[in-house]
Amino acid sequence: MTYLSKALMIAAALGLAACTSGDRFGAGSGADGYGAGAGANAGIVPGSANDPQSPAYFNQTIGDRVLFLVDQSSLTPEAQATLDAQAGWLMTNSDYLAVIEGHADEQGTREYNIALGARRANATMEYLISKGVAPNRLKIISYGKERPVEICSEESCYAKNRRAVTVISMGLGS
Amino acid sequence: MKQVLAQAMVLGLALVAALGLALPNAAQAQGGPLRIEITEGTIEPMAYAVPSFVAETPGAQQYAEQITQVIADDLTGTGLFREIPRDAHISRITSFESPVQFADWKAINALVLLTGAVSEQNGRVTVKFRIWDVFAGTELGDGMQFAATSDGWRRLAHKVADQVYSRLTGESGYFDSRVVFVSESGPKDQRAKRLAIMDYDGANVQYLTDSRSIVLAPRFSPNGERVLYTSYESGEPRVHVLNVGAVQSQIMSAGGGVMSFAPRFSPDGSKVVYSVTSGSNTDIYMRDLASGSTTQLTFTPAIETAPSFSPDGSRIVFESDRSGSQQLYVMPASGGEPTRISFGQGRYGTPVWSPRGDLIAFTKQNQGRFHIGVMRTDGSEERLLTASHLDEGPTWAPNGRVLMFSRETQGASGTSSLYSVDVAGRKLTRVRTPDGASDPSWGPLQ
Repeated sequence: MTYLSKALMIAAALGLAACTSGDRFGAGSGADGYGAGAGANAGIVPGSANDPQSPAYFNQTIGDRVLFLVDQSSLTPEAQATLDAQAGWLMTNSDYLAVIEGHADEQGTREYNIALGARRANATMEYLISKGVAPNRLKIISYGKERPVEICSEESCYAKNRRAVTVISMGLGS
Repeated sequence: MKQVLAQAMVLGLALVAALGLALPNAAQAQGGPLRIEITEGTIEPMAYAVPSFVAETPGAQQYAEQITQVIADDLTGTGLFREIPRDAHISRITSFESPVQFADWKAINALVLLTGAVSEQNGRVTVKFRIWDVFAGTELGDGMQFAATSDGWRRLAHKVADQVYSRLTGESGYFDSRVVFVSESGPKDQRAKRLAIMDYDGANVQYLTDSRSIVLAPRFSPNGERVLYTSYESGEPRVHVLNVGAVQSQIMSAGGGVMSFAPRFSPDGSKVVYSVTSGSNTDIYMRDLASGSTTQLTFTPAIETAPSFSPDGSRIVFESDRSGSQQLYVMPASGGEPTRISFGQGRYGTPVWSPRGDLIAFTKQNQGRFHIGVMRTDGSEERLLTASHLDEGPTWAPNGRVLMFSRETQGASGTSSLYSVDVAGRKLTRVRTPDGASDPSWGPLQ
């Protein structure tokens, strides 16, 4: 990796770090802001979505989130496929840490949904660990129903809100 | 009617002592038929008249009108009383000491007449009042007076209304009380939340936190001086304790990497029950605030949350999905084997024990609808009081006769508001708040 690309990755990671502080942390929309350090050149731009080592690639190409059935925390085959790819990326890019955010749709009481979001985040984390990701790089947090990404009151929106989002950030030691 | 009334009551508000005054010509409190039974399913509201209280000093006119209005709003808002409009009144009350012309009030079918007077002097407002049984032609209990600094005039009105409610129902009132809640603004996917406190009727809103972190589900301490709530300030949900007077908060327990939420005080205020999530498992813990010692109360791999003490402190009701779906259970406050109490269709959550000890209120989810309901503490006699797209999180009025809860409207533009409903399900009222509002917790009678 060139000095420049390393610098750009750090810049992107700093953008992520800023993104994860305070109020925006829970948005779960991990793609926000990643393009900031990427520049506008054609080809494989370090830090952009076509750089396989970039967070943007993780978020957009691999997919940063898995979805769940109503009131369930078990992983569907589609979710497992996504997590297989997430695990592979995390093992390759070992400088990164991940916080797995668990979320629920609005059909449930507030307290229960926090616990349900934790179950989903934990199921996701346990799967990544089973695929070889070091446990000390992973952490879970539940937002319950507090941070929907879709706002209609129909199943099409609920389905997208029942999610676990793997939010990656540069580790302190790198 | 019970003989519980003092000649005059002294009320301290805002560090100002009130003058006691023995009212002249106060009739003896007496037994009689004029009493409303608030547990009946459907009743005819009791008709009452409340002519504007007499202003006895030049500066008191505005207070007199406002206080009279708040008293009427309190009483009519219960659904137990119906105000006879002023334009129907025949008599005019121009002096607090003038004899009441009962025939004039009988003629408009007022069963109860409330008369009063307000004076203002040196920034202090004094209100005195009498309650009359129109058909018996007698006073109901003794006249009373309350005083406060002028900015506390709404509390004076609530105090009077509480007395009227109490004398006519035999129950303690709930109007002079406050509610802590979450004030909400912004769309559903960018909702800003901050803790706020208000009078029970939505007046005098004050904010206790800013909206930088998500805050959830505040709970009053029994004496109303502290509030427990869940905040994401540290990054993950953690239980915080806030001193209402000083508006200072602190994280209740140390130790990172743990999510804690759904806190409630014990009836004596010395302990907190709450949920802790570890991995996929959520259990209930109890913390002694003085010693800081923590006891785990549930031990299943299921979700156990939303604990609430019985008013005698001996038992805890909570929700668990150990059976496969959310249901309500009661266990000894020291932990131990719980008994399931909910068996109806659907899912049951957020149980709250009535301060009277007789009922448990809950949120029920069934066939895509949410309900606020009540059941006896053994789970029998379930009654659903509301139905909507999303009702949740009931809290009891201090007299255990009314519930307040959150209602979120459906759709992309959905917003949350507070509503109250009496335990008979007769009167559903929206509580007016400046912004959206959720997660109410009703404090004690002040």
